[in-house]
Amino acid sequence: MKRRTFLASGAAVAAGTAVLGAPAIVRAQATRVLRFSPEADVVIFDPIVTPSWQTRDHAFLVYDTLFGLDDQYRPQPQMLEGYNVSNDGLTWTLTLRDGLRFHDNEPVRAQDAAASIRRWGIRDSFGQALMAAANEVAATNDRTVTVRLKRPFPMLPDALAKTMVYPCMVMPERLAKLDAFKAVPEIIGSGPYRFVQSERVPGARLVYERFAGYVPRKQGTPAVSAGPKVAHFDRVEWSIIQDTATAAAALQRGELDWLQTPHADLIPVLRKNKNIEVRVILPTGVVAYMRFNHLTPPFNNAAIRRALLGAVTQSDYMIAINGPDKTLWRDRVGYFVPGSPFESDAGMEKLTSKRDLAKVRKDLAAAGYKGERVVMLVAVDIPYLKIMGEVTADLFKRIGINVDYQAIDWTTVVQRRIRMDPAEQGGWNLFCIYDSGYNQLNPASHALLRGNGKAAQFGWPSSPRIEELREAWFQAATLEEQKTIARRIQVQAFEDVPYIPLGQSVPPTAYRRSLTGVLNGQPFFWNVRRAT
Amino acid sequence: MLSYIGRRILATIPVMGVVAVVIFALLHLAPGDPAAVIAGDHATVEEVAKVRAQLGLDRPLLAQFGSWIGAVLQGDLGVSIYNRQPVAGMILQRVEPTLALALCTLVVALGAALPLGIIAAWKAGTWIDRAIMGFAVLGFSFPVFVIGYGLMYVLALRLELLPVQGYVSIREGLGAFLPHMIMPALALGWALTALFARMTRTSMLEVLSQDYIRTAHAKGLSERRVLLGHALKNASVPIVTTVGIGVALLIGGVVVTETVFAIPGIGRLTVDAILRRDYPVIQGVVLVFSAVYVLINLAIDLSYTVLDPRIRY
Amino acid sequence: MAAVLELPRPGRAGEALRRHPTVAAGLALLLALAVAAVFAPLLGTVDPLEVSPIKRLRPPGEEFWFGTDPLGRDIYSRVLYGARVSLLVGFTVALFATVAGLVIGLVAGFNRLADAILMRIMDGLMAIPPILLAIALMALTRASMGNVILAITIAEVPRVTRLVRSVVLGLREQPFVEAARAAGTPGWRILVRHILPNTVPPLIVQATYIGASAIIIEAILSFLGAGMPPNVPSWGNIIAEGRNLFQVAPYLVIIPSLFLSVTVLAVNLVGDGLRDALDPRLARRM
Repeated sequence: MKRRTFLASGAAVAAGTAVLGAPAIVRAQATRVLRFSPEADVVIFDPIVTPSWQTRDHAFLVYDTLFGLDDQYRPQPQMLEGYNVSNDGLTWTLTLRDGLRFHDNEPVRAQDAAASIRRWGIRDSFGQALMAAANEVAATNDRTVTVRLKRPFPMLPDALAKTMVYPCMVMPERLAKLDAFKAVPEIIGSGPYRFVQSERVPGARLVYERFAGYVPRKQGTPAVSAGPKVAHFDRVEWSIIQDTATAAAALQRGELDWLQTPHADLIPVLRKNKNIEVRVILPTGVVAYMRFNHLTPPFNNAAIRRALLGAVTQSDYMIAINGPDKTLWRDRVGYFVPGSPFESDAGMEKLTSKRDLAKVRKDLAAAGYKGERVVMLVAVDIPYLKIMGEVTADLFKRIGINVDYQAIDWTTVVQRRIRMDPAEQGGWNLFCIYDSGYNQLNPASHALLRGNGKAAQFGWPSSPRIEELREAWFQAATLEEQKTIARRIQVQAFEDVPYIPLGQSVPPTAYRRSLTGVLNGQPFFWNVRRAT
Repeated sequence: MLSYIGRRILATIPVMGVVAVVIFALLHLAPGDPAAVIAGDHATVEEVAKVRAQLGLDRPLLAQFGSWIGAVLQGDLGVSIYNRQPVAGMILQRVEPTLALALCTLVVALGAALPLGIIAAWKAGTWIDRAIMGFAVLGFSFPVFVIGYGLMYVLALRLELLPVQGYVSIREGLGAFLPHMIMPALALGWALTALFARMTRTSMLEVLSQDYIRTAHAKGLSERRVLLGHALKNASVPIVTTVGIGVALLIGGVVVTETVFAIPGIGRLTVDAILRRDYPVIQGVVLVFSAVYVLINLAIDLSYTVLDPRIRY
Repeated sequence: MAAVLELPRPGRAGEALRRHPTVAAGLALLLALAVAAVFAPLLGTVDPLEVSPIKRLRPPGEEFWFGTDPLGRDIYSRVLYGARVSLLVGFTVALFATVAGLVIGLVAGFNRLADAILMRIMDGLMAIPPILLAIALMALTRASMGNVILAITIAEVPRVTRLVRSVVLGLREQPFVEAARAAGTPGWRILVRHILPNTVPPLIVQATYIGASAIIIEAILSFLGAGMPPNVPSWGNIIAEGRNLFQVAPYLVIIPSLFLSVTVLAVNLVGDGLRDALDPRLARRM
């Protein structure tokens, strides 16, 4: 067993040389490098212009945020010494901590923070809401940002503490002044790690070096993005490994320290390995769903969409994707993510009653479905999406829907799903995909549950009733009142069927047991260290 | 002979020209509008038109071809649609792993194939010969990825002898570099070994039936000297020719092998580019691989002048 | 009249079979596979696309002979239906590439101008490694069986053309062809009577090898995600889908790999036998 402990402390280089005998110096280096494999490569490095999760995780290495978010979703000052809000709630003063520096060694000034908030406020929906309520976001001196509001916005710290897309990252003013729709030309932040552009190999490797000038805050406990961000590794190396089997094997062999998302079917193998910890760090996971194009036939017909509710078995999808292990997924998922205060059983019998495909066929015919061809976009390069495509194609065949399975790549799906044209003209009728469960915690952030027609996300459902209820939710005074409204929203959603929820996956992450201090939320690279 | 060398070198120019035309045609026969892809998901019609004009995609094909060729000759292979990096730079960055893999594979394949082929020829007709040739047919019949996963399962996961994946530069020391190369080179070398062994056997047989070999035998030279001294030397021309053919096999195999073993080389770049429909990258990679292939075959042709002085031109 | 140099005489093939038991084995294997592929629906298979997540990842056993995949689809059925794809691709590519190569090669062999143009194009195509050319062609089009066949055919044609042309050029100078020409025999007759029969034996051998290589290239294309549409159960697709699970369900990769390798092996054995029987000259060269 001596060999195993040796492998546990080493990484690719050390493990490889175990065969031929390694010079001690290589081993010493390896312990100061964290080897991580993300789900995909980072293509755009500016977190304000892309909703990519990889870019967000990259951004948390390189940039810092004014507020951090703790384990209870509470905002805590991060780059800030503290903040003040006037009695009328209309003026916020945010004071920066001492000693903050950008990677080009320039000090972080309030001007940088203010410009960063303004740029982020153009892209992020929470940010847009803040900017709509604000008269001015400006620096009063080098250390103080002042936000003057038209009406109170008590959730300002929550907005600035966002860890999900888009997070409000602070960059130098000269960059933050640039177009919010075009990636900044330089990657300069004030976060605990510096991006090493020269060592980047697109599609294969990203390298970050500890930024010696970073001063972690003194107070608080590290949790999610709040508290001191202490970097224990000299380098963080991301290897992009397309082949999930190879990635899992590399983790087993100790060539990787941390694999962001192991393939669901390999999790039992990893769990058996006593050197590997398999753990859920994001309990909201992802929610799979079937999205319709509400503008073109046949799915512009609500009765047809409603009929399909009777055909879907969430556990079929979830087992096909995640395997039989019920710790990795949940079925009976409605229009709010499990664990949200707004999750309810309202109308759920539509999804949970006994499935009767013969009746679905009859309902479809009664609703006016006449065998029209239905174009389904399937991103076959992403296993999760491909599996959902196969399950749906098989289900549709059984209920007599004439499905045209269009096997394309993810990039093409992204281009095509925004097209409103009818299917014959390069448009689409449906696709299956997933959304971050975090977005579905409440009606405010739940973009898929909007019913504002062409202004809504691709699919463009129109549901005036859902929109009215959403407005009422914002006005509601108490949580109980909000819950009642959320139930009504869900009942209405089962009538209008903007999409069909297909279940929730809670994919764990996996890392070598030699790592300690891995935080919840998403892959963060501070606080984590190698046990010696 | 010099004029032969000159002519041979000149002859590669039209070949590369045709390759360039074919590759250019590929991009322009592609369905979909590269301008729309580059302009991004939320681009308006005007924005797409602007990008098209910027890229010169609205000009006549011939003019586009001209400027493309001009750029290629200056080493500019365009810009990736996916990550906006210059294609030439992306390829250069990945040359080392691919070159290392190709060379290791050739060493493995020739190292195994030459002895096998020579023994098969020497023992022609016996069960040894048949066993070796049987192995050669097997070699042709197992795709690279089948061998790759088999090796990975046994050598890396079960026996824990070798690292599963990745590439470590030779600059970090031979001890770090070699273990990562063994399995990929074996997987990729499998079919090549079969090809080379077969060719070695055939050429050796042909040479062994020649009069001067009989003479050498009659002179009482040892079997070893006859085989290695006389026969192998004279069989070298067809063997070297086969190495040229093998390079095509090697290039195709590199694409698969790098995917299986997560080696960040040009092969992986190719697969990534295909999955993303990143046409400029596909174009660049095919052009570079073809150029390499043509140049290697040129080098092989020229090597005949050294290997076989009997060939006159 | 030695008009036909190396046309197989009746009985020669039979003799070859007796002398090379491996050829007989190869043929038998191919035949069995073809029968299994054609009569797949009668051989205890179910719909190869039928999804049933509850029955997912069952190891090979009595209920599912070759086990099931992560979607609960029956691997035995998928592999048998997959044989249809592989055999069809192998056969059609061999046929199309040979016919196209024959026509182009004959034209090139008989017309100097055409020769100059065609052979330059072929040289250019040959300079692109075949797998890479097929990959590039597939990247441009939507995945479909027709496109896969077309892409591999285009990649294989130049080599056939080369072969045909060299045979034609060699024959053109032969005394019996010159004699025929001197006797005023029309060109098409020389072609049909003298040239064509002599190109057939090496072409058959070449076609066999092309079939084997097409089966492998199809598997590689599908493996890389640039081949058959992923909802078609081809061996390459089954392997590609199973490779992520190699550790937990190695049979997902091993079974289709075995079928693939054995099929290619069978085709290669037949090719070797044909070569020995039909074309001794080539046999010596290979």
